[in-house]
Amino acid sequence: MKFDTPAETNPIDRLTIVGKPLDRIDGPLKTTGRAPYAYEHHGAAPNQAHGVIVGATIAKGRIRRLDTARAEAAPGVVAVVTAESAGKLGKGEHNTATLLGGPEIEHYHQAIALVVAETFEQARAAAVLVEVEYERAKGAFDLAGERNGAEKPEKVNDSPPDTAVGNFESAFGTADMTLDETYTTPDESHAMMEPHASLAFWEGRKLTLYTSTQMVAWTKKDLAKTLGIEPDDVHVVAPFIGGGFGGKLFLRADALLAALGARAAGRPVKVALQRPMIFNNTTHRPATIQRIRIGANRDGVITAIGHECWSADLEGGKPDGAVDQTRMLYAGANRMTATRLETLDLPESNSMRAPGEATGMMALEIAMDEMAEKLGIDPVEFRIRNDTQVVPDDPKAEKSGAENGQRRFSQRPFVECLRLGAEKFGWSRRSARPGSTREGGWLIGHGMASAFRNNMSVKSAARVRLTPQGGVVVETDMTDIGTGSYTIIAQTAAEMMGVPLERVTVRLGDSSFPVSAGSGGQFGGNCSTAGVYAACVKLREAVSGKLGFNQADLTFADGQVNAGGRSVALTEAVKDGELVEEDGIEFGDISKKAQQSTFGSHFVEVAVDAWTAEIRVRRMLAVCASGRILNPKTARSQVIGAMTMGVGAALLEELVVDKRAGFFVNHDLAQYEVPVHADIPHQEVIFLDEADPMSSPMKAKGIAELGICGVAAAVANAVYNATGVRVRDYPVTLDKLIERMPDAA
Amino acid sequence: MKPFSYERAASPAQAAAAAARRPDAKFIAGGTNLLDLMKLQIETPAHLVDVNGLDLDRIEETPEGGIRIGALVRNTDLAADERVRRDYGVLARALLAGATGQLRNKATTAGNLLQRTRCPYFYDTAQPCNKREPGSGCSALEGYSRQHAILGVSDACIATNPSDMNVALRALDTVVETVKADGTTRSIPIADFHRLPGDTPHLETVLERGELITAVTLPPPDGGVHIYRKVRDRASYAFALISVAAVIRPNGASALALGGVAHKPWRVEAAEAALTGGPKDAAAALLAGARTTSDNAYKIPLVERTLGAVLTDARR
Repeated sequence: MKFDTPAETNPIDRLTIVGKPLDRIDGPLKTTGRAPYAYEHHGAAPNQAHGVIVGATIAKGRIRRLDTARAEAAPGVVAVVTAESAGKLGKGEHNTATLLGGPEIEHYHQAIALVVAETFEQARAAAVLVEVEYERAKGAFDLAGERNGAEKPEKVNDSPPDTAVGNFESAFGTADMTLDETYTTPDESHAMMEPHASLAFWEGRKLTLYTSTQMVAWTKKDLAKTLGIEPDDVHVVAPFIGGGFGGKLFLRADALLAALGARAAGRPVKVALQRPMIFNNTTHRPATIQRIRIGANRDGVITAIGHECWSADLEGGKPDGAVDQTRMLYAGANRMTATRLETLDLPESNSMRAPGEATGMMALEIAMDEMAEKLGIDPVEFRIRNDTQVVPDDPKAEKSGAENGQRRFSQRPFVECLRLGAEKFGWSRRSARPGSTREGGWLIGHGMASAFRNNMSVKSAARVRLTPQGGVVVETDMTDIGTGSYTIIAQTAAEMMGVPLERVTVRLGDSSFPVSAGSGGQFGGNCSTAGVYAACVKLREAVSGKLGFNQADLTFADGQVNAGGRSVALTEAVKDGELVEEDGIEFGDISKKAQQSTFGSHFVEVAVDAWTAEIRVRRMLAVCASGRILNPKTARSQVIGAMTMGVGAALLEELVVDKRAGFFVNHDLAQYEVPVHADIPHQEVIFLDEADPMSSPMKAKGIAELGICGVAAAVANAVYNATGVRVRDYPVTLDKLIERMPDAA
Repeated sequence: MKPFSYERAASPAQAAAAAARRPDAKFIAGGTNLLDLMKLQIETPAHLVDVNGLDLDRIEETPEGGIRIGALVRNTDLAADERVRRDYGVLARALLAGATGQLRNKATTAGNLLQRTRCPYFYDTAQPCNKREPGSGCSALEGYSRQHAILGVSDACIATNPSDMNVALRALDTVVETVKADGTTRSIPIADFHRLPGDTPHLETVLERGELITAVTLPPPDGGVHIYRKVRDRASYAFALISVAAVIRPNGASALALGGVAHKPWRVEAAEAALTGGPKDAAAALLAGARTTSDNAYKIPLVERTLGAVLTDARR
């Protein structure tokens, strides 16, 4: 199904099942431990051996000598794989560094060997016996230090590295009020609960891989490419994924080494990345340095806005898109953005929840708070005054043929999000004067920020069956990474086919199923259900044909097909056998005609210990405008999870770089702190009641990443409001406040 | 994990003798720290002596009116004990500020005394660390040292003792009771129990080879306001950036110990006398001779301000 005109009224609009806050259909499996994760497919193949990865202990250089003799002789060892023994390997399209290093080493903890043994314990003990001598090379590890060597990348996501509208320098130079500040965000790790893990086995030239991935089709393609085999010889299975956040978008070392290990051992091999290795072995969100300049007139109208960002990656990598939202969020006649990329020899940078926007909003939304204060305007009001209904800086406008070279947003209830949030949070009762609210030993502060994240459209297919018993089976390679995909897909199929939710079986995460959008970029929910919608439209047509209906306006409800006063049981259509249909959604240029984005607002109350400057969040509210909410319960879980991650980014998370040895020092969950339950207070989420016909037949948009965008800045702004101390370097920790705290006594 | 042999001890003396028999033996009780370290091959004992079955899990009153806490009393049980909560509140509070419920259920009193540092370089076997591999160097000195010690440090090591319990025990003038391999026993005041790093940071206590902790003894309760103030980045399950264990008595005989600042719980008796002058004076006495890095210099004002918080709390 081609989607290139706005959606009209369709069966989803009935909202008898879609749009309801239903429990996850996979919930009982998960709460009872019966949902098998990648490392737990014990029955999938007999005689599984265990692999443990050996990581490089230098950041850059060469292996001079690698001796596996002692490891091979250790008890239980079945095979040892190294780059040398593996032979020639390709590299996945989505990988920057090679997944099996040697002799060249590109980053710390890059995998250089896999030790396979009868038991996990034997493999782990033997892995330590692999002897390696290195020839270290000088590396670059300091983002701030290498800033002068930064280069202009070819592009930032789909946009040019530099953009300009009007004359920024002149407008900024003559503005009534200006702000020119630099903000930094650190490297961050996804820190998902389930480690990267895979089970691989070969049957002749056919490889089966049980793995933990967000993108089944990418894994299949990149694994085939790396191994130099046909994609059709790779079968990827990923029914349950214990979190990804972008860290499992790509083929990683566990999958490749499980496949190589299984080949070397001649039997199934499973591999989980050891937790202390995940932080340096896999990808991470890159650190940024961001300079923001805003000029405004006395009335608080922005006349100039500029955003520059520096980030780093390995040679051949990509920049962070932190300036992206600044092109779209606020009005302003004169604007500029610039993105620069440094080459560092730290582990590979890549996507993490709302890549670009999350980091960009961390900086931009502090800058907006600072500017509002300079202007003496309430920060909510300042944002409202600078709303825009067209994309102010739009490299895509020309191509779209938009009028006056400007595209409108498909929907933009941004001001509503701000106003509703302010009202529900009680914003008007906050004291605008920093450091002026104290309760006992606590300084109380309130902060807010805008939320913004683009909606992306990715084609997605599914197969649906109507069984003779009247059940509906959906098959798609879509993944459920804890998000609720199983449930919203079941809701979609049930709504379309007019059957209760219990009659729908959803099978996900298998490369033998039609290729879906996968889980990433907050596109999974809308796109994968739209694909299921498309397949169901075909199935409805098949049912209609079987039952001899010739009307176009059939109703499928309560297990019956109705039209023109005639009602036939759905099962009549399958009395001769099941019906199977397959289709997908493909997005035409509709997404280029109008900018599709999601909007919101975040409001936060913090308490800062007046003595120690410890920061504790007390209350959080998010208002989200994301098109139709397919399931308010799973959507809310996405948003509160994202808000929690935003608290982590604001207050805790930082991969600390050892600039001498070139690695992330705090590489386990004891040292890389993320919020625990005690850190997360009452969280409220309000969804605006809307549906966006430009997005898909589902009229839904992304939600999972909108929830993190702006949160950290809202927290940082609240800390400022509490203490009067402005911190521009994340995370906002007490050591950055303590010297400047007001007198506590 | 390196393969190891294992035995269960029948008595404290027999456990000590068994552990002394070979240089690469370790005791194991709760295992909450040791097993992690063994999996990472930071600790590589070839022999484990399991002391869990020993009759050392009781809390008893001493003839002097204090209490004697068996080495195997779990942190959860110790924190919940009525006498501890009533008479030694600082200890109960310190215990509950540490780790998680699950860990406290397993962790023992003696094990907590022997908890090893959480320096990230100690945890990465590829990095130099004098504590893990004597003579290899200290990565933290010029590396990442936000958590690290500012008092009693050396050029060989700036690691901290991560325990909360130890800080409270230091403020309470605990005595550590042990049995040696030859069956003799001794009592070690907590002040003398942990060492400063010097040039032997791998030696963390004065325990001899095979010497087994059997109990810790607290002196008779002496009133006062008991406060344990732990400062940390997140609200739970985080090690202290700094902590203060305080027993504040109106007669001026207060006790004050700091955590998160040194290789051992830090106490300077002169600071307690200075308390009457306020937190600034007490902090100055406690922090005399401090040596900071750019990462951990914040601990100086943090100690002073936290003392201010503690004194304010004590006056309530």
